[in-house]
Amino acid sequence: MIEVKNLHKAFGKGAKRVAAVDGVSFLARDGEITGLLGPNGAGKTTTLRCLYTLMQPDSGQVLVDGIDAAVDPVAVRRRLGVLPDARGLYKRLTARENIDYFARLHGIESQTMHQRREALADALEMRDILDRRTEGFSQGQRVKTAIARALVHDPKNVILDEPTNGLDVMSTRAMRAFLKSMKAEGRCVLFSSHIMQEVAALCDRIVVIARGRVVADESPDALRAQTGEANLEDAFVKLIGTDEGLAA
Amino acid sequence: MNSSLVVFLKEVRENIRDRRTVINTLLVGPLMAPLIFVLLINTLVTRELSKAEKPLSLPVAGAQYAPNLIAALKQSNVEIKEAPADPEAAVRNQDADVVLRIGADFAKAWDKGEPAQVEMIYDASQQDARGPTERLKKLIEAYAQRTGALRLLARGLSPSILKPVAIAERDQSTPQSRAGLMFAMLPYFFILGGFIGGMALAIDTTAGERERQSLEPLLANPVPRWKILGGKLMATTAFAITTVLLSILAFAVVGQFMPTAKIGMTLTLGARFVAATLFVMLPLAALLAALQTLVAAFAKSYREAQTYLSLLMFVPIIPTLLLSVMPIKTQLWMYAVPLMGQQVTIIRLMRGDAVPDSALAISFVCTAIAAFIACAITARIYRSERLAISA
Repeated sequence: MIEVKNLHKAFGKGAKRVAAVDGVSFLARDGEITGLLGPNGAGKTTTLRCLYTLMQPDSGQVLVDGIDAAVDPVAVRRRLGVLPDARGLYKRLTARENIDYFARLHGIESQTMHQRREALADALEMRDILDRRTEGFSQGQRVKTAIARALVHDPKNVILDEPTNGLDVMSTRAMRAFLKSMKAEGRCVLFSSHIMQEVAALCDRIVVIARGRVVADESPDALRAQTGEANLEDAFVKLIGTDEGLAA
Repeated sequence: MNSSLVVFLKEVRENIRDRRTVINTLLVGPLMAPLIFVLLINTLVTRELSKAEKPLSLPVAGAQYAPNLIAALKQSNVEIKEAPADPEAAVRNQDADVVLRIGADFAKAWDKGEPAQVEMIYDASQQDARGPTERLKKLIEAYAQRTGALRLLARGLSPSILKPVAIAERDQSTPQSRAGLMFAMLPYFFILGGFIGGMALAIDTTAGERERQSLEPLLANPVPRWKILGGKLMATTAFAITTVLLSILAFAVVGQFMPTAKIGMTLTLGARFVAATLFVMLPLAALLAALQTLVAAFAKSYREAQTYLSLLMFVPIIPTLLLSVMPIKTQLWMYAVPLMGQQVTIIRLMRGDAVPDSALAISFVCTAIAAFIACAITARIYRSERLAISA
């Protein structure tokens, strides 16, 4: 479970100071998929970076399974599986070595590591690329490897920043199926997206962010009801008050 | 397994697979510098030797006015040649190293017993002309002295009255110490080796990792940043030390083939030299690795890091230049200064001078403290938020 309370984060100094996140609060429950929806530059990535303690919020609180990120960031990261916006692999290592590196950094025993890696390789259908060096991987193969290494420690909570970015149709479908299977396993899945259909198809709960603020936090149906728009995309545009920066 | 060790092993494995890094660390870094050095010394020595033995070819204008002087010069292995039409221009254009001009009134002054003038035309700024000029000057002076002595004798006086003070030279330099002067640059080559060896990793593990967008996922792992940094520093240091070790060994081997004996020098490159040099270079390699990582962490991109580090490469040359320009007496405090301590130690070892164990220990401990401080500062930088963000 991930709980965010009144998060604030600004960049720059003096007159140039820009509030990237300006009072964001929401709750992502276990066994649910929560979507963070917003146009480009709305503050999604900054919010997520505060969640996995890469950044420190100026004020506000982040709780992961009840642990305060400001108090024990290492324990919080231990409970999170993170697919950040930046998902570079080590190109001179094989996919397997990339995954094992992160597993060892989590302090996982060799045998457990082996089991988890093989299970993920099957689930992500990446067995054929496991022993290849990641240099020259396709975008889809790269994302698979990045997800496998993010989940190798079997985290209860999963954060994905625009997981389908740059994927083709087949890979996107596979990704969605994978997110659903994680939900079925009882995990707390939180992902960001600017793509309406994706959020509508997957999420139990949608948190709409615009200009650093939460403008709605509802189930997809409730969102439609709230805005009075039958079409979710129209609802979205109505919520953020502009159609600027909106893709798909 | 300790997470620093995990990072260390991964960085080593990844970089060993990079051919460019391996070539830089194991070949270019350690071998290039000693090889260039040996080549340089070789050409220098052979050129000096051949110049001293070869007959001095000397264009003379007005040779007919001083046949005795010319005959004396010929006896001293000088080849007399026809002078060019414009001796000054010939010297300026480096067609001749030095030209001798004898005036028409030479014989008249000579016969009267007055100082007879000869002119030496040369360019003191020409490094190459210095040897021949000195040689000619000495020959003419020797001739003048001989003639002077004969004239005194003819007047019944002893030539020794012109020498109220006699100098007896007692050169205290040993063959090793003479070699040492020539090899003042050597410590810089070792330091440079360590620098080149660590450079690829210092950049790859910081600016490179950020540019490849793999730093953010790495920092999302439940490992304190200083431990991750620790592993990276260990890997960079390991590569730097490997380069230094290879470079010292390479020099110890190649140094044996240098023609130093021909000019009366010997180098001491035994086991003690290798062991003591490696001992004082160890903490310096760590210090350089930490500084390189610190600088690379500030850089926005791989390229920027390369530029910064290339500039940083000139810092270790400062004590080398200082010590060769101002040859001050070695004092104990010098061992305590990182870079200078290594410089002094290596030069003294090579000259065959004693370096007390206590001085080695001081150098090691002080440089190690500096390395530790540099690591601590780098760790602080690593805590900063901006460091991780790729975009």
